[in-house]
Amino acid sequence: MTADTFSKGLWRENPVFVQVLGMCPVLAVTNTAINSMAMGLATLFVLVMSSTLVSLLRHLIPKQVRIASFILIIATFVTAVDYVIQAISVELHKALGAFISLIVVNCIILGRAEAFASKNGVLDAMKDALGMGLGFTFGLLCLGGVRELFGSGSLFGWHVLGPHFEPWVLMVLPPGGFFTLAGWLWLIELRKGRAT
Amino acid sequence: MSQLFPLFLDACLINNFILAYFLGICPFLGVTREVNTSARMGGAVIFVMLVSSVCAFGVNALLTGLGVEFLRLISFIVVIASTVQLVEMAIKKLSPALFRSLGIFLPLITTNCAILAVALFQTAREYRFLQCVTYALGAGVGFFLVLVLMASMRQHLDLSDTPKSVKGTVLALVVAGILSTAFMGFAGMGGGS
Repeated sequence: MTADTFSKGLWRENPVFVQVLGMCPVLAVTNTAINSMAMGLATLFVLVMSSTLVSLLRHLIPKQVRIASFILIIATFVTAVDYVIQAISVELHKALGAFISLIVVNCIILGRAEAFASKNGVLDAMKDALGMGLGFTFGLLCLGGVRELFGSGSLFGWHVLGPHFEPWVLMVLPPGGFFTLAGWLWLIELRKGRAT
Repeated sequence: MSQLFPLFLDACLINNFILAYFLGICPFLGVTREVNTSARMGGAVIFVMLVSSVCAFGVNALLTGLGVEFLRLISFIVVIASTVQLVEMAIKKLSPALFRSLGIFLPLITTNCAILAVALFQTAREYRFLQCVTYALGAGVGFFLVLVLMASMRQHLDLSDTPKSVKGTVLALVVAGILSTAFMGFAGMGGGS
Protein backbone atom coordinates (compact mmCIF):
# COMPACT_ATOMS: atom_id res chain seq x y z
CA MET A 1 0.00 0.00 0.00
CA THR A 2 2.77 2.46 0.88
CA ALA A 3 5.24 2.57 -1.98
CA ASP A 4 2.67 1.28 -4.40
CA THR A 5 0.33 4.20 -3.71
CA PHE A 6 2.89 6.47 -5.31
CA SER A 7 4.34 4.29 -8.04
CA LYS A 8 1.17 2.83 -9.54
CA GLY A 9 0.31 6.12 -11.25
CA LEU A 10 3.69 6.23 -12.97
CA TRP A 11 3.26 3.20 -15.14
CA ARG A 12 0.89 0.40 -14.13
CA GLU A 13 -2.13 2.71 -13.87
CA ASN A 14 -0.73 5.53 -15.96
CA PRO A 15 -3.60 7.96 -16.56
CA VAL A 16 -2.71 8.60 -20.20
CA PHE A 17 -1.68 5.21 -21.52
CA VAL A 18 -3.59 2.77 -19.35
CA GLN A 19 -6.67 4.56 -18.03
CA VAL A 20 -7.01 6.77 -21.15
CA LEU A 21 -8.43 9.60 -19.02
CA GLY A 22 -8.21 13.35 -19.48
CA MET A 23 -7.67 13.03 -23.21
CA CYS A 24 -8.56 16.61 -24.15
CA PRO A 25 -5.40 18.33 -22.89
CA VAL A 26 -3.34 15.27 -23.82
CA LEU A 27 -4.16 15.81 -27.47
CA ALA A 28 -4.61 19.55 -27.59
CA VAL A 29 -1.51 21.08 -26.04
CA THR A 30 1.11 18.48 -26.92
CA ASN A 31 2.32 20.10 -30.14
CA THR A 32 5.60 21.03 -28.45
CA ALA A 33 7.51 19.50 -25.55
CA ILE A 34 7.51 22.76 -23.59
CA ASN A 35 3.74 23.12 -23.73
CA SER A 36 3.32 19.50 -22.65
CA MET A 37 5.66 20.05 -19.73
CA ALA A 38 3.84 23.18 -18.56
CA MET A 39 0.45 21.55 -18.90
CA GLY A 40 1.65 18.46 -17.05
CA LEU A 41 3.08 20.48 -14.17
CA ALA A 42 -0.05 22.65 -13.91
CA THR A 43 -2.21 19.54 -13.75
CA LEU A 44 0.18 17.96 -11.25
CA PHE A 45 -0.11 20.98 -8.96
CA VAL A 46 -3.91 21.11 -9.12
CA LEU A 47 -4.11 17.36 -8.63
CA VAL A 48 -1.90 17.32 -5.54
CA MET A 49 -3.49 20.37 -3.93
CA SER A 50 -7.08 19.34 -4.53
CA SER A 51 -6.46 15.74 -3.45
CA THR A 52 -4.88 16.98 -0.23
CA LEU A 53 -7.73 19.34 0.52
CA VAL A 54 -10.39 16.79 -0.37
CA SER A 55 -8.70 14.28 1.90
CA LEU A 56 -8.52 16.81 4.74
CA LEU A 57 -12.18 17.71 4.39
CA ARG A 58 -13.42 14.19 3.69
CA HIS A 59 -15.27 13.88 7.01
CA LEU A 60 -16.85 17.33 6.75
CA ILE A 61 -18.33 17.12 3.26
CA PRO A 62 -21.81 15.55 3.18
CA LYS A 63 -22.11 12.64 0.77
CA GLN A 64 -24.91 14.18 -1.29
CA VAL A 65 -23.02 17.29 -2.33
CA ARG A 66 -19.53 15.79 -2.56
CA ILE A 67 -19.11 16.04 -6.33
CA ALA A 68 -20.14 19.70 -6.35
CA SER A 69 -17.77 20.44 -3.46
CA PHE A 70 -14.87 18.64 -5.19
CA ILE A 71 -15.47 20.65 -8.36
CA LEU A 72 -15.46 23.90 -6.40
CA ILE A 73 -12.18 22.97 -4.70
CA ILE A 74 -10.63 22.06 -8.05
CA ALA A 75 -11.92 25.23 -9.74
CA THR A 76 -10.35 27.36 -6.99
CA PHE A 77 -6.89 25.88 -7.53
CA VAL A 78 -7.23 26.08 -11.30
CA THR A 79 -8.04 29.78 -11.06
CA ALA A 80 -4.88 30.25 -8.97
CA VAL A 81 -2.74 28.31 -11.49
CA ASP A 82 -4.23 30.30 -14.35
CA TYR A 83 -3.11 33.59 -12.78
CA VAL A 84 0.31 32.21 -11.79
CA ILE A 85 1.09 31.04 -15.33
CA GLN A 86 -0.06 34.38 -16.69
CA ALA A 87 2.35 36.09 -14.28
CA ILE A 88 5.29 33.85 -15.19
CA SER A 89 4.97 33.88 -18.96
CA VAL A 90 2.26 35.56 -21.01
CA GLU A 91 3.53 33.70 -24.06
CA LEU A 92 2.99 30.31 -22.46
CA HIS A 93 -0.41 31.40 -21.21
CA LYS A 94 -1.38 32.27 -24.77
CA ALA A 95 -0.12 28.95 -26.13
CA LEU A 96 -2.07 26.91 -23.60
CA GLY A 97 -5.10 29.17 -23.95
CA ALA A 98 -8.37 27.96 -22.56
CA PHE A 99 -6.86 24.60 -21.70
CA ILE A 100 -5.58 25.86 -18.37
CA SER A 101 -9.13 26.71 -17.34
CA LEU A 102 -10.25 23.40 -18.73
CA ILE A 103 -8.14 21.52 -16.18
CA VAL A 104 -11.31 21.84 -14.07
CA VAL A 105 -13.09 19.27 -16.18
CA ASN A 106 -10.07 16.96 -16.52
CA CYS A 107 -11.53 13.63 -15.46
CA ILE A 108 -8.29 12.51 -13.78
CA ILE A 109 -8.54 15.10 -11.04
CA LEU A 110 -12.17 14.52 -10.19
CA GLY A 111 -11.58 10.80 -10.61
CA ARG A 112 -8.73 10.74 -8.07
CA ALA A 113 -10.70 12.95 -5.66
CA GLU A 114 -13.70 10.64 -5.83
CA ALA A 115 -11.94 7.28 -6.04
CA PHE A 116 -8.99 7.83 -3.75
CA ALA A 117 -8.66 11.10 -1.81
CA SER A 118 -12.17 11.01 -0.36
CA LYS A 119 -11.51 7.58 1.15
CA ASN A 120 -7.90 7.82 2.33
CA GLY A 121 -5.66 9.78 4.68
CA VAL A 122 -3.87 12.96 3.71
CA LEU A 123 -0.42 11.43 3.21
CA ASP A 124 -1.70 8.59 1.04
CA ALA A 125 -3.83 11.00 -0.98
CA MET A 126 -0.82 13.22 -1.61
CA LYS A 127 1.32 10.28 -2.67
CA ASP A 128 -1.37 8.99 -4.98
CA ALA A 129 -1.90 12.42 -6.54
CA LEU A 130 1.83 12.95 -6.97
CA GLY A 131 2.21 9.60 -8.71
CA MET A 132 -0.77 10.16 -10.98
CA GLY A 133 0.32 13.70 -11.78
CA LEU A 134 3.86 12.62 -12.66
CA GLY A 135 2.47 9.78 -14.75
CA PHE A 136 0.28 12.27 -16.56
CA THR A 137 3.21 14.62 -17.17
CA PHE A 138 5.25 11.69 -18.46
CA GLY A 139 2.46 10.76 -20.85
CA LEU A 140 2.18 14.33 -22.12
CA LEU A 141 5.95 14.51 -22.64
CA CYS A 142 5.94 11.24 -24.62
CA LEU A 143 3.40 12.75 -26.99
CA GLY A 144 4.81 16.25 -27.07
CA GLY A 145 8.35 15.02 -27.68
CA VAL A 146 7.40 12.87 -30.65
CA ARG A 147 5.17 15.52 -32.16
CA GLU A 148 7.71 18.31 -31.81
CA LEU A 149 10.55 16.14 -33.09
CA PHE A 150 8.75 15.16 -36.28
CA GLY A 151 6.63 18.27 -36.69
CA SER A 152 9.32 20.90 -36.39
CA GLY A 153 12.58 18.94 -36.04
CA SER A 154 13.33 20.26 -32.57
CA LEU A 155 13.03 19.22 -28.93
CA PHE A 156 12.27 21.76 -26.19
CA GLY A 157 12.99 24.42 -28.82
CA TRP A 158 16.48 23.03 -29.67
CA HIS A 159 16.96 22.02 -33.27
CA VAL A 160 18.18 18.45 -33.15
CA LEU A 161 17.46 17.06 -36.58
CA GLY A 162 19.66 19.43 -38.55
CA PRO A 163 18.84 21.96 -41.27
CA HIS A 164 18.05 19.40 -43.95
CA PHE A 165 15.11 17.95 -42.09
CA GLU A 166 11.82 18.63 -43.83
CA PRO A 167 9.25 19.26 -41.06
CA TRP A 168 6.32 16.92 -41.05
CA VAL A 169 3.71 19.60 -40.51
CA LEU A 170 0.83 17.20 -40.00
CA MET A 171 2.30 16.16 -36.67
CA VAL A 172 1.85 19.55 -35.01
CA LEU A 173 -1.63 19.94 -36.48
CA PRO A 174 -4.65 18.30 -34.80
CA PRO A 175 -4.54 14.97 -36.74
CA GLY A 176 -0.97 14.41 -35.54
CA GLY A 177 -2.20 14.25 -31.97
CA PHE A 178 -4.61 11.45 -32.76
CA PHE A 179 -2.03 9.51 -34.78
CA THR A 180 0.73 9.84 -32.18
CA LEU A 181 -1.49 8.72 -29.32
CA ALA A 182 -2.74 5.83 -31.42
CA GLY A 183 0.87 4.87 -32.12
CA TRP A 184 1.88 4.87 -28.45
CA LEU A 185 -1.19 2.89 -27.39
CA TRP A 186 -0.51 0.39 -30.14
CA LEU A 187 3.11 -0.08 -29.03
CA ILE A 188 1.92 -0.71 -25.47
CA GLU A 189 -0.70 -3.13 -26.69
CA LEU A 190 1.90 -5.04 -28.73
CA ARG A 191 4.23 -5.24 -25.75
CA LYS A 192 1.42 -6.50 -23.57
CA GLY A 193 0.54 -9.12 -26.15
CA ARG A 194 4.12 -10.41 -26.15
CA ALA A 195 4.33 -10.55 -22.36
CA THR A 196 1.31 -12.81 -21.93
CA MET B 1 -26.91 39.26 -39.37
CA SER B 2 -24.49 38.60 -42.22
CA GLN B 3 -21.72 37.77 -39.74
CA LEU B 4 -23.72 35.11 -37.96
CA PHE B 5 -23.63 32.45 -40.67
CA PRO B 6 -19.81 32.44 -41.04
CA LEU B 7 -19.61 32.22 -37.26
CA PHE B 8 -21.88 29.19 -37.32
CA LEU B 9 -19.77 27.50 -40.01
CA ASP B 10 -16.60 28.33 -38.12
CA ALA B 11 -17.78 26.68 -34.91
CA CYS B 12 -19.43 23.77 -36.72
CA LEU B 13 -16.93 22.73 -39.41
CA ILE B 14 -13.75 24.77 -39.66
CA ASN B 15 -12.83 24.78 -35.99
CA ASN B 16 -14.84 21.74 -35.06
CA PHE B 17 -14.74 21.29 -31.30
CA ILE B 18 -13.75 17.64 -31.36
CA LEU B 19 -11.45 17.46 -34.36
CA ALA B 20 -9.67 20.82 -34.22
CA TYR B 21 -9.85 21.81 -30.55
CA PHE B 22 -9.91 18.31 -29.00
CA LEU B 23 -12.77 19.14 -26.68
CA GLY B 24 -15.16 16.48 -25.53
CA ILE B 25 -12.88 13.59 -26.42
CA CYS B 26 -14.25 11.46 -23.57
CA PRO B 27 -17.81 11.14 -24.97
CA PHE B 28 -16.29 11.05 -28.46
CA LEU B 29 -14.42 7.85 -27.64
CA GLY B 30 -16.88 6.58 -25.05
CA VAL B 31 -20.32 6.66 -26.65
CA THR B 32 -19.57 6.29 -30.35
CA ARG B 33 -20.09 2.57 -30.52
CA GLU B 34 -23.63 2.86 -31.86
CA VAL B 35 -25.19 5.43 -34.16
CA ASN B 36 -28.43 5.67 -32.16
CA THR B 37 -26.89 6.39 -28.79
CA SER B 38 -24.38 8.84 -30.22
CA ALA B 39 -27.15 10.75 -32.00
CA ARG B 40 -29.03 11.06 -28.71
CA MET B 41 -25.92 12.18 -26.91
CA GLY B 42 -25.30 14.76 -29.64
CA GLY B 43 -28.84 16.06 -29.31
CA ALA B 44 -28.48 16.43 -25.56
CA VAL B 45 -25.19 18.26 -26.01
CA ILE B 46 -26.68 20.77 -28.50
CA PHE B 47 -29.47 21.51 -26.04
CA VAL B 48 -27.30 21.92 -22.93
CA MET B 49 -24.76 23.97 -24.88
CA LEU B 50 -27.42 26.48 -25.93
CA VAL B 51 -28.92 26.80 -22.45
CA SER B 52 -25.58 27.06 -20.66
CA SER B 53 -24.23 29.53 -23.22
CA VAL B 54 -27.18 31.85 -22.54
CA CYS B 55 -26.74 31.43 -18.78
CA ALA B 56 -22.98 32.01 -18.98
CA PHE B 57 -23.60 35.20 -20.95
CA GLY B 58 -25.82 36.50 -18.14
CA VAL B 59 -23.44 35.44 -15.38
CA ASN B 60 -20.48 37.03 -17.13
CA ALA B 61 -22.34 40.33 -17.50
CA LEU B 62 -23.16 40.22 -13.79
CA LEU B 63 -19.59 39.39 -12.72
CA THR B 64 -18.08 42.07 -14.94
CA GLY B 65 -20.56 44.56 -13.52
CA LEU B 66 -19.50 43.67 -9.99
CA GLY B 67 -15.80 43.67 -10.92
CA VAL B 68 -15.09 40.14 -9.72
CA GLU B 69 -13.89 38.47 -12.94
CA PHE B 70 -11.61 36.10 -11.06
CA LEU B 71 -14.70 34.18 -9.96
CA ARG B 72 -15.58 33.50 -13.60
CA LEU B 73 -14.34 29.91 -13.84
CA ILE B 74 -15.92 28.88 -10.55
CA SER B 75 -19.26 30.47 -11.46
CA PHE B 76 -19.29 28.93 -14.93
CA ILE B 77 -18.79 25.43 -13.66
CA VAL B 78 -21.50 25.88 -11.05
CA VAL B 79 -23.86 27.34 -13.66
CA ILE B 80 -23.24 24.43 -16.02
CA ALA B 81 -23.69 21.81 -13.32
CA SER B 82 -26.94 23.36 -12.18
CA THR B 83 -28.19 23.84 -15.75
CA VAL B 84 -27.66 20.18 -16.44
CA GLN B 85 -29.49 19.28 -13.25
CA LEU B 86 -32.35 21.65 -14.12
CA VAL B 87 -32.64 20.37 -17.68
CA GLU B 88 -32.69 16.84 -16.35
CA MET B 89 -35.56 17.60 -13.97
CA ALA B 90 -37.50 19.50 -16.62
CA ILE B 91 -37.22 16.70 -19.17
CA LYS B 92 -38.17 14.12 -16.56
CA LYS B 93 -41.34 16.08 -15.80
CA LEU B 94 -42.28 17.08 -19.35
CA SER B 95 -41.34 14.01 -21.35
CA PRO B 96 -40.56 10.78 -19.52
CA ALA B 97 -39.99 9.02 -22.84
CA LEU B 98 -37.22 11.41 -23.84
CA PHE B 99 -35.77 11.17 -20.35
CA ARG B 100 -35.51 7.41 -20.61
CA SER B 101 -33.84 7.58 -23.99
CA LEU B 102 -31.27 10.14 -22.83
CA GLY B 103 -30.71 8.23 -19.60
CA ILE B 104 -27.18 8.38 -18.28
CA PHE B 105 -25.99 10.92 -20.86
CA LEU B 106 -27.43 14.02 -19.23
CA PRO B 107 -25.38 13.94 -16.01
CA LEU B 108 -22.29 12.99 -18.01
CA ILE B 109 -22.55 16.23 -19.96
CA THR B 110 -21.49 18.17 -16.86
CA THR B 111 -17.95 16.90 -17.27
CA ASN B 112 -17.93 17.45 -21.01
CA CYS B 113 -15.23 20.05 -21.53
CA ALA B 114 -16.83 21.28 -24.75
CA ILE B 115 -19.66 22.88 -22.76
CA LEU B 116 -17.32 24.78 -20.46
CA ALA B 117 -15.17 25.71 -23.44
CA VAL B 118 -18.10 27.35 -25.25
CA ALA B 119 -18.70 29.50 -22.17
CA LEU B 120 -14.99 30.38 -21.91
CA PHE B 121 -14.46 31.09 -25.61
CA GLN B 122 -17.51 33.30 -25.97
CA THR B 123 -16.29 35.33 -22.98
CA ALA B 124 -12.72 35.57 -24.24
CA ARG B 125 -13.86 36.74 -27.67
CA GLU B 126 -16.41 39.15 -26.21
CA TYR B 127 -19.31 37.95 -28.33
CA ARG B 128 -22.62 39.75 -28.10
CA PHE B 129 -25.77 37.86 -27.22
CA LEU B 130 -26.83 36.72 -30.71
CA GLN B 131 -23.26 35.76 -31.55
CA CYS B 132 -23.09 33.66 -28.38
CA VAL B 133 -26.22 31.74 -29.30
CA THR B 134 -25.03 31.19 -32.87
CA TYR B 135 -21.62 30.05 -31.69
CA ALA B 136 -23.12 27.61 -29.19
CA LEU B 137 -25.49 26.25 -31.82
CA GLY B 138 -22.67 25.82 -34.33
CA ALA B 139 -20.46 24.07 -31.81
CA GLY B 140 -23.34 21.78 -30.80
CA VAL B 141 -24.26 20.86 -34.36
CA GLY B 142 -20.60 20.20 -35.18
CA PHE B 143 -20.34 17.97 -32.13
CA PHE B 144 -23.47 16.06 -33.17
CA LEU B 145 -22.19 15.64 -36.73
CA VAL B 146 -18.81 14.25 -35.69
CA LEU B 147 -20.31 11.88 -33.10
CA VAL B 148 -22.66 10.39 -35.69
CA LEU B 149 -19.96 10.16 -38.39
CA MET B 150 -17.59 8.47 -35.98
CA ALA B 151 -20.22 6.02 -34.72
CA SER B 152 -21.15 5.01 -38.26
CA MET B 153 -17.53 4.32 -39.13
CA ARG B 154 -16.87 2.37 -35.96
CA GLN B 155 -19.93 0.24 -36.55
CA HIS B 156 -18.58 -0.69 -39.95
CA LEU B 157 -15.11 -1.33 -38.55
CA ASP B 158 -16.50 -3.73 -35.96
CA LEU B 159 -17.57 -6.02 -38.77
CA SER B 160 -14.35 -5.82 -40.73
CA ASP B 161 -11.27 -7.91 -40.19
CA THR B 162 -8.70 -5.85 -38.29
CA PRO B 163 -5.58 -6.99 -36.41
CA LYS B 164 -6.32 -7.88 -32.80
CA SER B 165 -3.77 -5.49 -31.35
CA VAL B 166 -5.39 -2.38 -32.82
CA LYS B 167 -9.01 -3.16 -31.91
CA GLY B 168 -10.73 -0.62 -29.66
CA THR B 169 -9.13 2.66 -28.69
CA VAL B 170 -6.17 2.49 -31.09
CA LEU B 171 -8.36 1.98 -34.14
CA ALA B 172 -10.78 4.67 -32.95
CA LEU B 173 -7.90 7.14 -32.62
CA VAL B 174 -6.58 6.36 -36.09
CA VAL B 175 -10.05 6.88 -37.55
CA ALA B 176 -10.35 10.13 -35.60
CA GLY B 177 -7.02 11.25 -37.02
CA ILE B 178 -8.14 10.58 -40.58
CA LEU B 179 -11.45 12.32 -39.91
CA SER B 180 -9.57 15.27 -38.48
CA THR B 181 -7.37 15.43 -41.58
CA ALA B 182 -10.50 15.44 -43.71
CA PHE B 183 -12.01 18.27 -41.69
CA MET B 184 -8.88 20.34 -42.23
CA GLY B 185 -10.14 20.65 -45.78
CA PHE B 186 -12.90 22.94 -44.51
CA ALA B 187 -10.29 25.48 -43.46
CA GLY B 188 -10.52 27.18 -46.85
CA MET B 189 -14.20 27.91 -46.34
CA GLY B 190 -13.50 30.69 -43.88
CA GLY B 191 -12.45 32.95 -46.73
CA GLY B 192 -10.02 34.88 -44.57
CA SER B 193 -12.69 35.80 -42.07
